[in-house]
Amino acid sequence: MNTSIEIPIRDEGDTATIYAGDYLNKLSGEKIERECRKRIEGGCKTLVVNFRETEIVNSIGVSILLGVIDAASQSDTSVIFSEVSKDTSQLFEMLGLTKHVVLQ
Amino acid sequence: MQEQQQQKLIHTFSALADIGQEVAHKNNFQEMIQTSLHLLLGSLAIMRGGVARYSKFGHELNFLAVRGLGDDFPLSASLEMSDEREFLNTGMSDIELSQAKMLAFFQRYQKVLDRKRIEMIMPLIVRDQLVGIVFLGEKATGEPFTKEDKAVIQAMARHIGVGIHQRNLMAELNRRAEENRQLYEGMRMTYKDTVRAFATAIDCKDKYTEGHSVRVGRYSEIIAEELEWKEEEIEGVAVAGYLHDVGKLTVEKTIINAPYRINAKESKELNKHPGVGYEILLPIQHPYADVPLAAKYHHERLDGRGYPDGLKDNEIPYIAKIVSLADSFDAMTTDRPYKRRRPFNEVIEDMHRNAGTQFAPELVRAFCSGILKEVTGENKSRRFRRLLGPEYMEAEGLEMSLKDALNGMNATKPLTLIASG
Ligand SMILES: [Fe+2]
Repeated sequence: MNTSIEIPIRDEGDTATIYAGDYLNKLSGEKIERECRKRIEGGCKTLVVNFRETEIVNSIGVSILLGVIDAASQSDTSVIFSEVSKDTSQLFEMLGLTKHVVLQ
Repeated sequence: MQEQQQQKLIHTFSALADIGQEVAHKNNFQEMIQTSLHLLLGSLAIMRGGVARYSKFGHELNFLAVRGLGDDFPLSASLEMSDEREFLNTGMSDIELSQAKMLAFFQRYQKVLDRKRIEMIMPLIVRDQLVGIVFLGEKATGEPFTKEDKAVIQAMARHIGVGIHQRNLMAELNRRAEENRQLYEGMRMTYKDTVRAFATAIDCKDKYTEGHSVRVGRYSEIIAEELEWKEEEIEGVAVAGYLHDVGKLTVEKTIINAPYRINAKESKELNKHPGVGYEILLPIQHPYADVPLAAKYHHERLDGRGYPDGLKDNEIPYIAKIVSLADSFDAMTTDRPYKRRRPFNEVIEDMHRNAGTQFAPELVRAFCSGILKEVTGENKSRRFRRLLGPEYMEAEGLEMSLKDALNGMNATKPLTLIASG
């Protein structure tokens, strides 16, 4: 698996912003999940996943996001999806992801 | 609302297309399963799940990929025969956990499955065989699985099942190939041991030429090596060398061991041994061709003055020519009751002189070149030293004789030179 990719993350206080890019839609997206888990375990209060660079989210992407949601639900980290396109937000709505995260 | 439905439909269909691609084209099995599980969970936003492979032999389920099941989830589980039967009866359709409590499997693993909130399982059945099981948790919506959801899960699970089945077939194929290889190897070893035992038995009969057959086998092997033959061909020639005198087993021991030059009558008796050897070897299924022919014709000469049939050059099987040279070389380089062995350089000169009349010139050349390589140190295997003794290799003028022989034969001597008269 490709572990050499750099996932853009910005840490500010107890908020971490992670940029999903298009890594999310491949097996390499597991690295995003790992980075998020690290932040959650490190006591991060708010985890922002930014979709500015993400055109579409496929099933692998959804599965990885569910992994992030699952990890966050086990601590008191809240998850925010930001800059989600209209199509993607409709998809998240239909799939029930919006029950677990805040769209911003 | 309709727009949203459409988004979802596209999402699900792409997942279906992707999983087909994944199973058909991914070479890495582990990654294929991991990606397939992502696709399955992500297509319907299922919170957790796992794919397990079923081993028929161990009645065991082994998880190949899990998501969201935590570190304490058991990665292998055993199945009862009755479970397997039940799954096969159900076929590839979903089993909701709430309705499956009577299965032995669930009774055993109910606690952990409940704790991990597994809601549904689907047996993976390919060609009437259970190859694995998919475990699924709840949907992100919290709603129950719809009929459409189940159809999607079934279609995707089918792909995963085929992927596992293909992997099983490959493993089985490799296992059988390995088993065959070992079987063949074992048979070859048995054959070789038998051949060596035979060679030793033949040599026992002749106390003056102890180890003759074994050495002829080795020399024949060396000639074939010098000719750069394939491995199994080299082995075949070696076997022919080991067994070339098997017919001597039926010759009176007193004739073989006569401490003098035998008379005409005794000689006639002794000369039957190639034909008898052929008769002995013919009914045996050898893994190599021409072993019986080598025994029959190893006393033939290129000029037709050999026995038993007086064959000439082209009529003599090639393998017999090799064994003949190896046989004569050993006769010249070992002490006999009535004759001490001759110095190495003289033996080389003798072979050179008789190339074209008694021996095939290209074989003499190959043999001499093999010896020269060891004399000059180019070949470090010490194969001749071991067979002839180190002091014998020190013969004066040996290197010269070898080079003369090689030059002489390279120059003009035709392959077939038959002595007149
Ligand atoms: Fe012989």
